[in-house]
Amino acid sequence: MSKFAVSAALTAAVALMPAVADAQTPKRGGELRFAVSAEPPDYDCHAATSFAFIHPVRPHYNTLLKFDPANYPKVVGDLAESWEQSEDGLTYTFKLKQNVKFHDGTPLTSEDVKASYERIRNPQGGARSIRQAVYEDIDSIETPDEHTVVFKLKKPNASMLTNFASPWDCIYSAAKLKEDPKFPERNILGTGPFKFVEHAAGSHWVGERFEDYHVEGRPYLDSYRAIFITNTAARVNALQAGEVLSEFRGHSPADRDKLVNALGDKVEVFESPWICSLVVTFNTEKKPFDDARVRRALSLAIDRWQGAEALSKIALVRHVGGVLRPGFELAATDKDLEQLPGFGRDINAAREEAKKLLAEAGVKDLSFKLMNRNVPMPYTPVGVYLIDQWRQIGITVEHDQPETAAYISNLRSGNFEAGLDFHCDAVDDPNLQLAKYLSADRSPINYSRAKDAKLDELYEAQKGELNVEKRKQILREFEQHALTEAYNIPVVWWHRIIVNWKQIKGWHMSPSHYLNQDLQDVWLDQ
Amino acid sequence: MLRYTINRLLLMIPTLFGVAVLVFVLLRLMPGDIVELRYLMDGGQVSPEVLAQERARLGLDKPLWEQFVDWITGILVGDFGVSMWTGRPVWDEISSRFQLSFQVAIMATILATIIAIPLGTLAALFKDTWIDRLIQVFAIAGLAVPSFWLGMLIILGLLLTFNWIPPLTFKPFYEDPWHNLSQLIWPALAVGYRYSAVATRMTRSTILEVLQEDYIRTARAKGVFERLVVSRHAMRNAMLPVVTVIGLEFAFLIGGLVVTEQVFNLNGIGKLFVETVTRADYTMVQALVMLVATFFIVINFLVDLLYAALDPRIRYR
Repeated sequence: MSKFAVSAALTAAVALMPAVADAQTPKRGGELRFAVSAEPPDYDCHAATSFAFIHPVRPHYNTLLKFDPANYPKVVGDLAESWEQSEDGLTYTFKLKQNVKFHDGTPLTSEDVKASYERIRNPQGGARSIRQAVYEDIDSIETPDEHTVVFKLKKPNASMLTNFASPWDCIYSAAKLKEDPKFPERNILGTGPFKFVEHAAGSHWVGERFEDYHVEGRPYLDSYRAIFITNTAARVNALQAGEVLSEFRGHSPADRDKLVNALGDKVEVFESPWICSLVVTFNTEKKPFDDARVRRALSLAIDRWQGAEALSKIALVRHVGGVLRPGFELAATDKDLEQLPGFGRDINAAREEAKKLLAEAGVKDLSFKLMNRNVPMPYTPVGVYLIDQWRQIGITVEHDQPETAAYISNLRSGNFEAGLDFHCDAVDDPNLQLAKYLSADRSPINYSRAKDAKLDELYEAQKGELNVEKRKQILREFEQHALTEAYNIPVVWWHRIIVNWKQIKGWHMSPSHYLNQDLQDVWLDQ
Repeated sequence: MLRYTINRLLLMIPTLFGVAVLVFVLLRLMPGDIVELRYLMDGGQVSPEVLAQERARLGLDKPLWEQFVDWITGILVGDFGVSMWTGRPVWDEISSRFQLSFQVAIMATILATIIAIPLGTLAALFKDTWIDRLIQVFAIAGLAVPSFWLGMLIILGLLLTFNWIPPLTFKPFYEDPWHNLSQLIWPALAVGYRYSAVATRMTRSTILEVLQEDYIRTARAKGVFERLVVSRHAMRNAMLPVVTVIGLEFAFLIGGLVVTEQVFNLNGIGKLFVETVTRADYTMVQALVMLVATFFIVINFLVDLLYAALDPRIRYR
């Protein structure tokens, strides 16, 4: 039996373990040590984008809503006790929990929620917010009493509840923000399960239990210690030696197998589709990529179904999907996908069609550079796979892997022909994931530089559609058009693999490395 | 001697200014900028307006000459600015890492010196015997094996044999000597081996050269014991190039342990160097380069002064 087969079997065996673990009586005490592969630059949730921020900082804060750790994508209250949405979708009313305190002992009120959201949607006094666009549909925020917050919208937004559960929207103290709008950049003062103890730059981050936490009996842990380990091998060694008990972003299949082989039943493996995808972006301002036939031909040449299966053995990718994560309730099913250009099961027929399209476009002996990120996992193997796929229809592609800074700069400035781009989000939400495909003058992350009014219209239509089935229909139309025009083409979706020491209980896997990291319900069986 | 010292100190100013100009210009020639990296590296959907605001906040929208003048005038009053990535003062970032790198450098230097001088001397005294050949093999292996690779072998050896790896976080020696040494002895060994190999070969060749000198023959002819000939007459003169090598290697270790610090997850200057270059954190990289350049210049200067102490014939004017 191969190593992969062993680990796959183990994975299947441990898939049910979280449920068993949760049936045990949680124990109080202990320090959870985990590795983080990068370090947050500052402490401000509203200006953060990285898991390197979420993993050490999220346990200090609460958000209005959050995703149910055990039942993603169900939304539950975090600071909100209950909420109501008006029938027209224009008013959201939240009742806050009564007994919530900040770590300095001051009580949380609706003013704190209002001040935090005002800061996100309209930062003042030098504060930064990078999610203003997410809340552009909010017209006003009202606080009729100390424990009620009312959000009034200009127009319906089908993703509004999901937005309120975003892990980035930490609730800050209104009093502190009034004193200094930049207070959260260098200070931690939240209502979360853990108080801030120490951040040793480049080394570690420590939080300790907040005894006045509003959830009875939580958190279970005395403290947690996030240790920054940038080198992958050092991280895996630390995990193997038990110096850390987890790394919550994700491992490659090879590292998973190494750990499982070394530690056997001392560890649990969790696996899930990941809200991250690799997307080929064609620079539509460069010939011949200004021709939809050429772009579509390149999409048709890729055998995604075989590729996903083969690549999953060596890279942290596994799932074939369109513009939304496979498995998400609004995403295309496999049957839907098979009807889309480049997603058919008959690769020989697709490649014949690709050759015809190239001939029709008058393109012979096509050769170009594929710019890829200089990060081995999963970029390099997927880049190599693509080059091989295109070679099979007679196209010569050179693999160009500049450093990340140059890679991002090239994507933004249009200094590339085709690029292997990525797209990661905290939650499944069409408003977020479709941004990659919107017209370039509307979306800062569409590097193809293409403009397409039809896609923009369909985006707005789905955004305001509160009926799930109708929204799905619009999304399918969007997907069909986006993949036919093929400005950006999804190649493969990532697969998240977490290896935890078995002592860790109460932690739940999710399709996002940004979620379930408040550590409120995590405990150590020791 | 005083005049020489003052001259050397004054010469440091144009040298460091040249370094400052060079690092400032070269960094700006690198593609990419810190704002794009910070907000887009993880796929953030950040508008061009926010990116422009952030560039303005960091002063990156100013003309280059203005940025340079701001930086240089800051240095002149001892203000190296704040890290563009973390917003913390540059010296806070560096000082929290310097202690570790400095201790590893000292430990590696002590290890290398303890190993290299006796072995190099033995190899010279027993030239072309099996002892010499054995020491040569040891030294050549030390040169051939990269420190980081040896470090990886050490970690794997500890992990597979004892199911243990060195501590991941640093505690100063005065706080917890056992924790401190159990973390730093391994990188010091990995680095010290290569360092000792360089010094062993240098010691061997210089002692061989000195042993051919007339005054050594005279000492032997006078009937001085061989032990005294070597220790009192040969060693002292042979040490000049060895001291140079040890000094330069020591300076290199401050900031030069780029990969070794990654392998051992040491929160030192080398790791900081890599991280700040990767992030295009201009203020941090500039300060680090200036620090390492100053260190090299000062160590070189001290080595020159040490020459005079070791060899009374050397007098600087």
